[in-house]
Parts: sequence; structure tokens; C-alpha cells
Amino acid sequence: MKKLFNYSEADSLIHNLSGVSKLIGFLAMTFTVMLTYDPRVIAVVLVIAVFVFWASGIHLRDLKVVIIYISIFMALNFVMTFLFDPQYGEQLYGTKHVIYSFSARYVLTQEQLLYQLAKISKYAATIPFGLLFFLTTHPSEFASSMNRLGIHYKVAFAFSLTLRYIPDIYSEYMIISKAQQARGLDLSAQQKFGKRVKEYTKMIFPLVMSSLDRIDNIADAMDLRGFAKHKKRTWYNTRKLLRNDKLTIVFTLAVFAGSLMITAFVNHGRFWNPFI
Amino acid sequence: MNKKPVIQFSDFTFRYAAQKHPTLKNINLTIYQGEKVLIIGPSGSGKSTLGNCINGLIPNSYKGTLEGEVMIKGMIPSQESFHKLSKSIGTVLQDTDGQFVGLSVAEDIAFALENDCVPTDELKSRAKEAAEVVGLDHVLKNSPQEVSGGQKQRTSLAGILIDQVDILLFDEPLANLDPATGKNAMELIDRVHKDSGKTVVIIEHRIEDVLHRDVDRIILIDEGEIIADMGPHEMIASDLFARYGIREPLYVTLLKYAGVTITPEMQPGYITTIDLASHKDEVLDWYCNATPAAHIIREQDVIRIADLSFAYTTKTVLDEIDFTIKKGEMLAIVGRNGAGKSTLSMLVCGFESGYQGEIYLTGENAIDKSITERAAIVGYVMQNPNHMITEHLIFDEVALGLRLRNIPEDEIQRRVEKTMEICGIDRFAKWPINALSYGQKKRVTIASILVLEPEIIILDEPTAGQDYRHYTEIMEFLKTLNRDIGITIILITHDMHLMMEYTKRSIVLSEGELVADTDSSDVLTNVDIVEKGSLKETSIYHVAQSIGIDNPKNLVDVFVSHEQRERGQS
Amino acid sequence: MFKFKTKELVATAIGAALFTILFMYVKFPTPVANTQFTTSYGLGAFFAVLFGPIAGALIAFIGHALGDTFLWGSAWWSWVIASGVAGFGFGLAKKRINIESGVFGSKEIITFNVVQTLAHLVAFGLVAPVLDILIYSEPVNLVFTQGLVAFLGNAVSTGVIGTILLMVYAKTRTQEGSLE
Ligand SMILES: Nc1ncnc2c1ncn2[C@@H]1O[C@H](COP(=O)(O)OP(=O)(O)OP(=O)(O)O)[C@@H](O)[C@H]1O
Ligand SMILES: Nc1ncnc2c1ncn2[C@@H]1O[C@H](COP(=O)(O)OP(=O)(O)OP(=O)(O)O)[C@@H](O)[C@H]1O
Ligand SMILES: [Mg+2]
Ligand SMILES: [Mg+2]
Repeated sequence: MKKLFNYSEADSLIHNLSGVSKLIGFLAMTFTVMLTYDPRVIAVVLVIAVFVFWASGIHLRDLKVVIIYISIFMALNFVMTFLFDPQYGEQLYGTKHVIYSFSARYVLTQEQLLYQLAKISKYAATIPFGLLFFLTTHPSEFASSMNRLGIHYKVAFAFSLTLRYIPDIYSEYMIISKAQQARGLDLSAQQKFGKRVKEYTKMIFPLVMSSLDRIDNIADAMDLRGFAKHKKRTWYNTRKLLRNDKLTIVFTLAVFAGSLMITAFVNHGRFWNPFI
Repeated sequence: MNKKPVIQFSDFTFRYAAQKHPTLKNINLTIYQGEKVLIIGPSGSGKSTLGNCINGLIPNSYKGTLEGEVMIKGMIPSQESFHKLSKSIGTVLQDTDGQFVGLSVAEDIAFALENDCVPTDELKSRAKEAAEVVGLDHVLKNSPQEVSGGQKQRTSLAGILIDQVDILLFDEPLANLDPATGKNAMELIDRVHKDSGKTVVIIEHRIEDVLHRDVDRIILIDEGEIIADMGPHEMIASDLFARYGIREPLYVTLLKYAGVTITPEMQPGYITTIDLASHKDEVLDWYCNATPAAHIIREQDVIRIADLSFAYTTKTVLDEIDFTIKKGEMLAIVGRNGAGKSTLSMLVCGFESGYQGEIYLTGENAIDKSITERAAIVGYVMQNPNHMITEHLIFDEVALGLRLRNIPEDEIQRRVEKTMEICGIDRFAKWPINALSYGQKKRVTIASILVLEPEIIILDEPTAGQDYRHYTEIMEFLKTLNRDIGITIILITHDMHLMMEYTKRSIVLSEGELVADTDSSDVLTNVDIVEKGSLKETSIYHVAQSIGIDNPKNLVDVFVSHEQRERGQS
Repeated sequence: MFKFKTKELVATAIGAALFTILFMYVKFPTPVANTQFTTSYGLGAFFAVLFGPIAGALIAFIGHALGDTFLWGSAWWSWVIASGVAGFGFGLAKKRINIESGVFGSKEIITFNVVQTLAHLVAFGLVAPVLDILIYSEPVNLVFTQGLVAFLGNAVSTGVIGTILLMVYAKTRTQEGSLE
């Protein structure tokens, strides 16, 4: 937790982009994938994701834990979707091509398979961009980038402050829970549920109180240095947009626009239907 | 010199909304352009409150009623916009974490200018300049978690210097800094003061450390009133320090023990100015007739640390530490900020695990003991009091550990009351915690561990932010516990006086290595250890040198045993 | 109620940091997949009652987004937005509960719990599933089941933890001129 997301400085195409263009790219890709259900569009985004990953020079093995988590989550979601609604694919596409029939209710169809695969690839396509954005952008640049995209500087600064204090509050949380255990608080799982909630509250309380103190202190310190005296502010960490930044912005927005066009004019809806 | 007043209080009274009585009463005070003023006073006397009246937090942030007048650089804070005021005064608060709001050193330094909409290029160059002034230019990119306490303090200082303010206000800049870093901080503040001619106001308990460099005036506050306002020589020669429970510089105490009467003419304000030469004979006389205390030999081990190494991430924090602590000892662990002192105690208490080597508590390997089991043997009073407090009433807070141990309520009542009395917090029994000053809170947490009567107590910075009276009370209390009940006491401290006066033995850590494990008086007079441990020689060492005592350690020993005799009598 | 000065801003930041940490580390599993009984909403509701709906919304939104990102590498936007809605809802209770006055009796407890339950109901019974359907075209009965479970778990946890925190906090508020 010492360094958020293990951001480390590096000299790659992606690292050298400005935060603003990365944020725009991240949002454009995320919205593209969110809005479409066409596996072909999603595949394009996946290819871009793989390229960006490669260009960033980040190794997959650094992300082992995250990838395992996500795979479990996606597998679970895959199974749950089928259990809850095995006929959803038919409803969506309006046809029924049976592959295998488990029982009267649980019939695996091509439609269902396409729907579920499309959904899974949707998740798979969004995740790399979020990860990459955080892994290749210095946290200090988040706030200025958000501000440049039109988010009020107070909200942007609040976000930056959150990142600033997460490591501090995390170690405080660890220390407090240890100190309370030393005094006799029992947070183990053997406790009865109700009692456990109470004990947790006892442990959260000093964290909350010391955080309230912290709030007073930080707010005082910020006011003393003239925070919010004007309607805007400048940022120490912000970069000028270079050629690559402009290319990134134009390209990702174009992909987004293209996907909207496909939705509107080719598929006449969010789904691509190969069955009719 | 044409003196221009910049801070003026006349018949000023302030009462916090939550208080029945005023916290500041009838303050009349004028501070002139370019002066350097030290404000001292017991804990809770209203020093920080006065500071907040100067920088405008009162009445802008804290509610209360004001009477009389206050004028800062010709502005009346209650009628002026807070932002205009903040252009004139820069404040460095005691809590260095709270005011470090940037994600890196450079950003934090530039914060005030960002708010002023200064363009990014100019921000960068000005932040770099300010960082150079305070010697931080090599860590500009470091995150707040990657800089030491001393560097955080420097960041705060750079952050206000960048804005070209006229008045610099420091509220306890030395609390939690190691002695050498504290010394550097005072030198830095002094240099800034001399170079820029800014007005400097310092609030501090560690008077001798502040007087490492010149100040123009010392102002003494007690119970919200100004008791005295005079030059350092006059102040130290007066009997005010003793009367108001404030610690005088050590060399002054030593001279008094030797029977010397301190007068302003001796220029006793600084160790560099005081006239020792004409009192050399008295000191030598006293020194030769004194008998140092006898040495006690102890048997039983309570803590044994063998080859202990530890790292949080990849960087080694403790490197093959070895030492043994005997039952009934009272010893100090000292060393620079970030040396691993707190980490070491957290390992002993089981707060952190995954170490290499062995830890034995009362002869048994601690590896399999849970935190709660260890707590029955070792009590740990943490550095930050806010991390320990769970209850809203002080009584309940002190009682919590006993209640969780199912002790009968009437016994709890008795033990808690006794402990609170000893710690000087009995009058706050029904107060909510949030109405206390930092120092007062610290005493509550000490009480909440003391009340459990463990075999060993580790106190992390027990006296940081404490005034001398409470410092003495707590330390004497710990000494009584140690002597009468035989509790082993480990003090983690940056206070050389505490270490010298109350501990026979000290362990010095530096960058995770044990650099010395020897007599405290040795540590403080050995230039090599002082250097390695980022410590500071006591002024007694300088006295010994200037009057020609070959072995300064002996003078320290004589001084300490004399002091203990005095305490024993009173 | 909708002011957003430095104090509220800092409260948002610190609240979001706390929310993130509790969201990640302090939670109880429920029998249904993908949903947990988390302590973070109780804390979010506490901050929202103290600092208002804007702070409440941002705390839950930022906290949930960061918590998701730390855990999964990416935020689950439909639920993140739902959290923001819930946080905003909690904050509306500030209008009827003056916690700084130190009064948090049965009337306030009921108000708080009615408001927080409604906020959770709108957020997880409605916003989250509808967004799930719109964004991910998830099966209707799956998302509503998940939403219902989340609603129940969060409302109960907020009810217990939020109420206790507010009660203890109210006791720490001192009356004017009460200290001698
Ligand atoms: N916000 C507040 N509301 C009510 N009372 C307060 C507040 N802040 C401080 N006080 C009270 O005012 C008195 C003076 O507090 P202050 O913090 O000024 O003391 P101090 O001299 O700086 O002490 P220390 O050396 O411990 O920092 C204390 O008794 C404290 O309880
Ligand atoms: N939770 C943590 N995670 C990672 N590193 C840590 C953690 N806590 C402390 N450290 C690092 O370990 C080193 C030793 O820290 P520690 O707090 O033990 O020092 P200390 O001697 O107590 O210092 P001080 O005198 O300032 O209190 C420091 O470099 C610090 O940055
Ligand atoms: Mg103070
Ligand atoms: Mg420490």
C-alpha cells in the first residue's frame, strides 16, 4: 500500500502520454465497450488493449494476482448468468439453435453462448484500460487531468487528496486494529455475528475520530495556504499536449464514434445478430 | 531601529464556544517587524490558541467570542478576508502529516501558488528555489510516505516561504524530531529569519533546543494570561521557570546545583554566551565533592532479542539487532527519525510479524504468542494518542482495558481514579476527549496502559508535546513504578534530557542498525555515537569542556545523581 | 446543506479514503456471489449525515470506484454509480438531523434509518440493476436478485454501524459553554 497501484516511472510510449489524453482514451474505450454488444467491435477494442499493454512495457506477471481474481469473477458470472437465465440469448436474438440440452430449462443454445461470450469479452476489454491508466499515470496527474476535462477543481482535488491519504489511513487502520486487539478486543471469526459487528464498530471508531481530527487539521492547513480563493487553480503536475497525445485523443474518439455508427446504422441496435 | 508593530493584541480575550471560561484573558502583546519571539507555557495554557488568533483561524475556523482588539499587519482578522490574511502569515502546524496535502514534496511546496493560479512553469521554478533554501531539492519527487519527519517539516516551511509571507508562525516545530534534526531545523529557521528579516513566532516546549540560536524575546503564558515578556537572559535568570513548571536549560540547573546564583549579567540565555569562566571554581568544587550513585546488578532477562531483522517491503528496516533487557531496568531507545525504533517495539508487541531472528519475552519465545497474550506482558503506549482512543469520555477510555478483562466495576473505579490522578488528568474525567490538547490526550493514553499494570511498558515518545511539570510527573511516576513494583520500562525518545536523567542505559539505533548499547551518560558524551545516532550532546558536555573536566561522563553522572537526590527530597 | 467548502472537500477526501479501505478489508461475505456485507456504507452514511449529500455522494462514488479498482483492476461502473446515489441519499438526512447539537435520540435514529433504507432501496433495488441491464444487458432476474441481496445487506450493515457511529459521535459533541 506504500505506493498506489505500484505506479513506477518508466519511459514508454504510454507512460509519456499526458494524463489528459490517457483519461480521454480510457473513457472513450470504456464507453465504447459499455454501449456495444457486437463481438466484432469488442474484438477491435481488445486488440487495441493488447497493443497498449505491449507498448506500456508492463509485464503480465506483475498483474498475476489481479488476473486470477478477475478470471474467478468472470467464471462465476458466466455460470451464474446461465443458471439464472439460460434462455436470455433466445429472447435477445429471437432464434434458437440448440447445442446441448441439460434439462427442460437448461438448454445451451448458440444464442446464449454468443451473448455470454460477448458479455465476458466486454469485461475483458474494459479491465486493461483501467489498469493501464493507473499503472502508467502518476497519481499527481489525475487531478489536473480531471480538472482539464471539465470536472470542478474541488472535486478533482478531493480525489487527489483521497489518493494522498489512503496509505496513511491504511497504516493507521492496521495500527489501530492491532492496538485494540492488544487491549483485549476480539475480532476473530469465532465471535457471534452481532457481537462481532459491535467490536468492529469499536475498532472503526478511533479511526473515524482520528480522521475527523485529521479533517480539521488538513482543512486548516489548506485554508491557511489560500485554498479555493479563486474560481480556478493551476496544477504543478500537468503536461502540455504533444503530437502523440493529440493522436491518441483523435484515434480513441474515432473508435468510439465508429462504434456508435455501427450501433446506429449497421446493427440497428446494440446487438449484432448473425442468426437471421 | 525604527520598530514597526506587526502583531498587536490589546485587552484581548477569547472564549471557545464549548468552554465556559475564556481560554485567553486580557492579552496585551506587541510584536515588531523582524523580531523573533518564543512563546512558552504549560500544556493547555493557550499557546496554540494564541497562534490561531494570529493566523486568523480564530475567528474564521473556530467558533467563540472575542473581546478587545487584535491587529495583524494593520488588518483586523475578524473583518478581513481570511485569504488576504494568509498572504501575510505562514503557519507551520505541529501535525506535519496534516499539512502535507500534496502527493509529492514539490506539489506540496507549490500548493499556495497553485491556489493563486500561478502558471505551471513558474510554479516549477519557484518550488525548486524554495526547496533549495530548505535543502530538499534532491527529494522533490518523493511521496509523503517516502520522506522523514524532518523532511516533512522542511516541506511545510518551504511551502510558506514560497509565498513571500512576512510573518512565520511555528507551533511546536520540534515535537517528534530527533535532536540533530531539531537542531538543524532551528538553524534553518534562524537563517531564514536573518536573511529575509521576516517576523518569526515560535511556540515550543523544548526551550533549550530553541535557544540553540538567538531569540529576541520570550513570552510566558499561563492559564491564558501573559505572565512575562522579556529577553532570554532576564527570563532565564528569573525564577519564573521554576514557578510555572517550565524546564530551564540544563547548564543553568547544573550551575544552580553548584551553588551559583544566576544573574542576567552572566548572559545565561545561551550556552555560547553564558559566563562560565568566573564560576569555574564553584562547579569544580561541587563536582569533586559529589558521589555518583552506586551501580545495581540485575539478573533476570525479560526481553531478549537475537539477530532480529525485519523489512516492510524490500528495504531493510532492522538489521540483525541483538540485545537483552533485564527485569526492573529503565532504559531508552534513541536514534534518528526512521531508524526503526517504533518498528522494533511493534515487533516485540506482535503488531507486526514476519521477522527473522528471535524475540524472547520473560524467557519464552514470543513467536507463537498472540497480540493479546503479549499485551499481558508488554504494554505499548503509541506515539500518536489518537490511534489509541476509542471511548468518548476520558474515564471510560482509561477503564476500557480493565472492562475488556472483566474486572469488577468498583475495582476499576479505584484503579482508574488513582491512575488518572497520577497522570494529572483527574479533573478531566467527565470531559469528552476532543476538547483536550494534544499533550493532554497523550497523558490519557499513557494512563490507559498504566492502569493495566503490565510487566514491561514501552512508551513511544511519552513526553513529546508535554510541558515540564507533566513531564516530571509522568517520569517520576514511571520511576516509582519501576522502583517499587519492579516494572521494566522502555522509553523511545528524542529527548536527551529524559534519557540522561531517567535511564541508566541506552540503545542507539541508526538506519536499522544497533550502533551503541551502553550507559546513557556515555552516549551523550561520546561524539562518535552522537554523530551516528543523530543525537545532540547535552549542554553539560559543553560545560565540562569549557571548565576543563577531562571526562564529561563523570560530570553528567554527578549531575544526574544530584538531581535524583533533589527529587527524592521534594 | 449543499455547501462544499474546504472542510467538506477534505471530509470527502478522507471519507473516501476510509470508505476505500473498509470496502476492501472490513467485510462479511453473504451467501450470494458477487455481493458482500460491507462496513463501508455505514461509514459513508455517517460522513454524509455530518457533511451533506454532495460529500456523501462523492465519498461513496470515489471510495467504491477505488476499492473496485484496487481489488479487480477496474471499476464496476453501474454499481459505483448506484453507490454514489446511495451516498447522496444518506446526505439528505442531514436536513433533519442536527448531529452537531449532540442530539441523536430515537426520533433521529428512526429518521436516519428510514432515509438510509430508502437510499439503499433506490440505489441497489433500482439504479444498480437498471444500469446493469442497460450497460451489460445482464439477465433481469439475476441483477434484481443481486440488487435485492445488496440492498438487504447494506441496509442492515448501515443500520447497525451507521447508527452506532452517529450515537457515539453525538455524545462527543459538547454543549456551548459546558466545559469548565
Ligand atoms: N476547539 C476547542 N474547543 C474548546 N476548547 C478548546 C479547543 N481547542 C483548545 N481548547 C482548550 O483551550 C485550552 C488551551 O488549548 P491550547 O491548544 O491553546 O493549549 P496549548 O498551550 O497549545 O497546549 P499544548 O502545549 O498541549 O499544545 C485547553 O484547555 C483546551 O482544552
Ligand atoms: N507500515 C510501514 N510500511 C512500510 N514502511 C514503513 C512502515 N512503517 C515504517 N516504515 C519505514 O520503516 C522505517 C522505520 O520506521 P519507524 O517508524 O520504526 O522509525 P522510528 O525510529 O520510530 O522513527 P521516528 O523517530 O520518526 O518515530 C522508516 O524508513 C519508515 O519509512
Ligand atoms: Mg499547542
Ligand atoms: Mg517512531
